[in-house]
Amino acid sequence: MTDKLKLEVSDEIAIQIQSMNKWFGSFHVLRDIDLTVNRGERIVVCGPSGSGKSTLIRCVNALEEHQTGQIIVDGTELTSDIKNIDRIRSEVGMCFQHFNLFPHLSILENCTLAPIWVRKIPKKEAEETAMHFLEKVKIPEQADKYPGQLSGGQQQRVAIARSLCMRPRIMLFDEPTSALDPEMIKEVLDTMIELAEDGMTMICVTHEMGFARQVANRVIFMDEGQIVEQNEPEQFFNNPQSDRTKLFLSQILGH
Amino acid sequence: MSDNSNSFVRHEMLSERAPPIGERGVLKWARENLFSSVFNTIMTIASVWVIYSIAVGAAPWFFNGVWNAKTTRECYEILDGVNGACFAVLQERFPQLIYGFKYPSTEYWRPNLATILLLVALAPVLFRRLPKGLLGFSVIYPFLAYWLIWGGTILIPTVAFVGCCIGVACYRKFSSGAFVTAIILGLFSAYLCWFLGGYLISWNNDFLSLKEVPSRDMGGFMLNLLLGTIAVSLSIPLGITLALGRQSNMPIIKWICVVFIEFIRGVPLITLLFVANVILAFFFPPETSIDLILRVIIMMTFFNSAYIAEVVRGGLAALPSGQYEAANSLGLDYSQSMRFIILPQALKISIPGIVNVSVGMLKDTTLVSIISMFDLVGMIRGPILSSTDWNGVYWELFGAAAAIFFVVCFTVSKYSQWLERQLETGKH
Repeated sequence: MTDKLKLEVSDEIAIQIQSMNKWFGSFHVLRDIDLTVNRGERIVVCGPSGSGKSTLIRCVNALEEHQTGQIIVDGTELTSDIKNIDRIRSEVGMCFQHFNLFPHLSILENCTLAPIWVRKIPKKEAEETAMHFLEKVKIPEQADKYPGQLSGGQQQRVAIARSLCMRPRIMLFDEPTSALDPEMIKEVLDTMIELAEDGMTMICVTHEMGFARQVANRVIFMDEGQIVEQNEPEQFFNNPQSDRTKLFLSQILGH
Repeated sequence: MSDNSNSFVRHEMLSERAPPIGERGVLKWARENLFSSVFNTIMTIASVWVIYSIAVGAAPWFFNGVWNAKTTRECYEILDGVNGACFAVLQERFPQLIYGFKYPSTEYWRPNLATILLLVALAPVLFRRLPKGLLGFSVIYPFLAYWLIWGGTILIPTVAFVGCCIGVACYRKFSSGAFVTAIILGLFSAYLCWFLGGYLISWNNDFLSLKEVPSRDMGGFMLNLLLGTIAVSLSIPLGITLALGRQSNMPIIKWICVVFIEFIRGVPLITLLFVANVILAFFFPPETSIDLILRVIIMMTFFNSAYIAEVVRGGLAALPSGQYEAANSLGLDYSQSMRFIILPQALKISIPGIVNVSVGMLKDTTLVSIISMFDLVGMIRGPILSSTDWNGVYWELFGAAAAIFFVVCFTVSKYSQWLERQLETGKH
């Protein structure tokens, strides 16, 4: 196991979720969620499928609408006001399980589109920023190719770079490695670790427990739409409290 | 131990070799496609025989064809009992087939020029590699073409063009604020410009004037091309708007679009054309006379746009929801994500469908012959075949009409296949 990252966490609050509830039709998918994330925190969310972990982080940038409770991101409360939503979305980057790159645009265009049209940055400057971040994820040479020509790992790194080009203050990762071949998982995780080292606030839904141990300063376990347990990674993995957590850990770490 | 038959080491790599003669080129193709089994071989021979008999049967008719004669009777005299076509009708009635029988023959250069300029105007739209500056001409073209084909003073299209420009400029200026206000202001300023322009036109009616040709004098293939081009080019944007409207969250917009699409699709085009011809006139005040061509264009545009809307809806539905989510998560607003992310991909998927519907529309323009407009088919069925000179020359005339339409439609279809290949980005 690699060394545990020692990173500063500030007192400033980045995301505050208070008694938030969400339903899909009559299905109560998120129940009384309370969560405060400080700036610089790296939080890993895990849990069985259908436990609402993806829905939770999708609520943070309003891809899903919550019905009761409060979500405050960077001091702005998420309401149905479109202006607020667009502002928060441009502050919060997101990476998806299936990358969701735009297949009709080149890698460079994928990275420059939003900065040019949302941030109103001049094209040349946006391209320089894009190349900077593509270098950071170690694929500057692919800039003129199309997403369909890249491997899964490369595509996910482009997706990370695309989000970073918007200079977000918070990054959300929705199972970024679960659609990848084992060989490619490492290159994506390395990129995410680097991002953590730079002090990015991150919420990461993942089953990569090694990553959680190394990077996270808090692990959250969810089941049936609620937070069952949260703790520092050492405590969480070595000394889980709830029976549900113990069962889950024994199943994913069992082999 | 030493003679382990499972162990093998290659010391020299094999170099590349050509496949055997039977496995390459024409031989391979013929064997795989024509003679792959006994049944296939029989079918191949039968097909070759059928093609051969048709060719042998039709060739004398075609090659004995008479190109110079004044009447059917003269044709038969020249042929003197030999089997042969009477292509002379095509030559003698060529202007009628192309321009109709009333368009003044001294003015034929105008539709000709308009057609050539149409190709120039379409080029930058169809081929993205061409310089973007040419698009300026594409914008001016509709107004220029109107002036060329219908004639009259150049002030009419100029005023119309200036009005549109002012309207768009006004909309742009206010579009950062409220959307509806911007649209109303744009429309109002354009209308004001047209209103004032009306005085200018009535004051100087002969400025740079071409001989005026009324709509009822349009005819022949020119009319088909005119109706087809205008209806198709108007119905693509309208169809896209309807498709997006049908997906809207706002119930009123959604239901207007759904009702429009379902109603228009549920009614035969010929019914709509009769409506345009007869019934629509009742809805306008008695003293206004909306041009018949304009009414037909409106109906054809509605009809085609309803179909295109459904094709585009299919394209929108085929996009994975991740594309919408990715666009949203980057902070793009609705119009930006539609313009840059969703529509380029949805339209690419929809190309075959849009072209299919539009080629159909182009051919359906011949239906106007039923509401007594003299398009290509109307000319053949009416003035030409019923004249005593060219009685009974069916094959040659309808064959020519088919050939003309085939050339145009086949070109369009080839272009769309080329475009699909151009837009392909996912292949390794």
